[in-house]
Amino acid sequence: MVEGRDKSTKYQEKTKTFVIRNELGLHLRPAGLLVKTANKYDATIIIEKDGMQADGKSIIGITALYVTRNATITITACGHDADQAIEDLERLITSNFTIS
Amino acid sequence: MNTRERDILLKGIGVSPGIIIGKAYLFAPSEIEVSTILLSSEEEIKHEINRFKLALGKSKEQLLAIKKEIKRKKQKEARYIIDAQLLILEDNLLLKGIIDTIREKKIDAASAVKVAIRRLSRSFNDIEDGYFKERKTDIDFIGERITRNILGRKRQDLSNIQEKSIIVAHDLSPADTANLDTRVVMGFVTNAGGKTSHTAIMARALEIPSVVGLEKVTLEAESGETIIVDGTIGVVIIRPTAETLRKYSEKKHYYEQLEKELFQFKELPAETPDGFRIKLLANIELVEELSSIREHGAEGIGLYRTEFLYLNRKELPSEDEHLSIYKKVIKKIAPYPVTIRTFDLGGDKFLSRPDLAEQMNPVMGLRAIRFCLKEISIFKTQLRALLRASAFGELKILFPMISGMKEMYQIKEILSELKAELQKEGIAYNPDIKIGIMIEIPSAATIADLLATEVDFFSIGTNDLIQYTLAIDRVNEHVSYLYNPLHPAVIRIIKKVVDAAHSHGIAVVMCGEMAGEPLYLPVLLGLGIDELSMNPLCVLKIKKMLRSISYQESQGLFNMLDQFTTATEIEHFIKSKMGKRLPEYLNRGLSEI
Repeated sequence: MVEGRDKSTKYQEKTKTFVIRNELGLHLRPAGLLVKTANKYDATIIIEKDGMQADGKSIIGITALYVTRNATITITACGHDADQAIEDLERLITSNFTIS
Repeated sequence: MNTRERDILLKGIGVSPGIIIGKAYLFAPSEIEVSTILLSSEEEIKHEINRFKLALGKSKEQLLAIKKEIKRKKQKEARYIIDAQLLILEDNLLLKGIIDTIREKKIDAASAVKVAIRRLSRSFNDIEDGYFKERKTDIDFIGERITRNILGRKRQDLSNIQEKSIIVAHDLSPADTANLDTRVVMGFVTNAGGKTSHTAIMARALEIPSVVGLEKVTLEAESGETIIVDGTIGVVIIRPTAETLRKYSEKKHYYEQLEKELFQFKELPAETPDGFRIKLLANIELVEELSSIREHGAEGIGLYRTEFLYLNRKELPSEDEHLSIYKKVIKKIAPYPVTIRTFDLGGDKFLSRPDLAEQMNPVMGLRAIRFCLKEISIFKTQLRALLRASAFGELKILFPMISGMKEMYQIKEILSELKAELQKEGIAYNPDIKIGIMIEIPSAATIADLLATEVDFFSIGTNDLIQYTLAIDRVNEHVSYLYNPLHPAVIRIIKKVVDAAHSHGIAVVMCGEMAGEPLYLPVLLGLGIDELSMNPLCVLKIKKMLRSISYQESQGLFNMLDQFTTATEIEHFIKSKMGKRLPEYLNRGLSEI
């Protein structure tokens, strides 16, 4: 990370849609991994499912979305590291939450 | 204590077998009474927010310590639960919710936690899925932990039990059991829970007796009182009288002796003194039971019931989920074979499809293979997984409730269709996988000669076969006395099935309760049954019996049964011949108190 960078000029917004493939959906363990990954970034992470939104850094919020297997979720990241955040989350989701 | 009623018997679900008599340790972290204090100044508000933050830090420390302990003990599943609880503790929804509540409602920290937790819990109430619903419990646990830390009240902890005790609780969470000294815990009994709850899994892992689902055991038992736990039949007796205590001590001693004696047979071959070998296999329904199979000397799984995969859930299990469980079972049991039965459920068990649930009398209704052939996609998911699993070891597929040839043709058509599909997709499976059917409906037994041309083996499900043959509802107390495996009609019908199978060169397995009863063994040998599959706990006692009667003697005995016309006569005859030899098994039943 470069110190003293001007965050406002590097502001990014990135959105991507995923289908959750693992057995029990975003239950305890994967939701926990998702939050841990999201927490690594400064960007705000919003997860949306069927018009409902949750903070991607909130395990309660995510589990309350009740994301079951084969459900579609849209993740939006806003902030200077939005790109990396989405990339990292994508890696996690497409690995069916096997990497951590 | 003297004034309280003695000998209170509670029935629950036995989730880990064995008998234990000991002192109760009531683990009932009481609800914390919180009296709300209204705050009147900004200073007080700041003070309460600070109290909350301190409690939060303390809670986190405690959970991290628990996590460390769990890690040390390698309880993987429990660790995920603690991890999630840690994340909940850091969750802004919760933190901000509580701080805002203190500020806006001007109430003390403990009351604010209560309000905020209740609000969050509510958002989970609409969710039906069991797994998601459990998150509510995690949030409640966290709320309680923070509240206790605010008020400086310790949660009663299982770590400071000094004396050997039986834990009596509403339910046990991984956080409760993490610090438990396993040397002092003799058993678990709980109000809540089922076969797969944390309590049950822990009990089986520790090999201590446990009964769950007792509903009100925490209301009946007090710390220090004597209780008896019979995990084999799912019974708990509180404040036993001297007489009950004596009877149970005797029973406990008796079974322990028996078990000790039986374990000498573990490594010995299952054969008669004149060298006739018969395979003794295990019936199971939960993955957790796998470890007990080899331990009790079974040579594989003769019946893996898959119903459990479908129960208590909203969504149907996926093909991958089936596959991963089957692989686990096969790998664990290898090099011994595994027979997996496709699910035997009726529409009423499919919570996700209430439209299928309306039929009555499931025993003779739309269930098992009938249901499968109607809901083909559900059936295919399981079959595809089974075929894929066959690439990983010796797997046989068993189909339940077959009543005629038409079902056989349909099953085979579906099977070859799925095999072709897998072939095309380049997915591995065993093309020569053995398939068998349950012989449990009299019509199937009657045309066993026809069915034998289509399958590789028969498995006789005696419970249903007897029930259908004698037209007896076992659960109906008015007729259950007529249920008798030694009824001449039952013996004849089994004989016919075995003969038909053998003349077509296929094997016959027996997988009902009849297979695990030592008294019937000479009859089964006489009938020519090839393999017996039973509750793993019965294997050693059958092996002992088998090693004491010759094949020739059994044949002779069996040939003499023709002279009797009633089940009672046959039973008397067998008992008179066998009773002297193995009095300890024949004169007392397992369920007898």
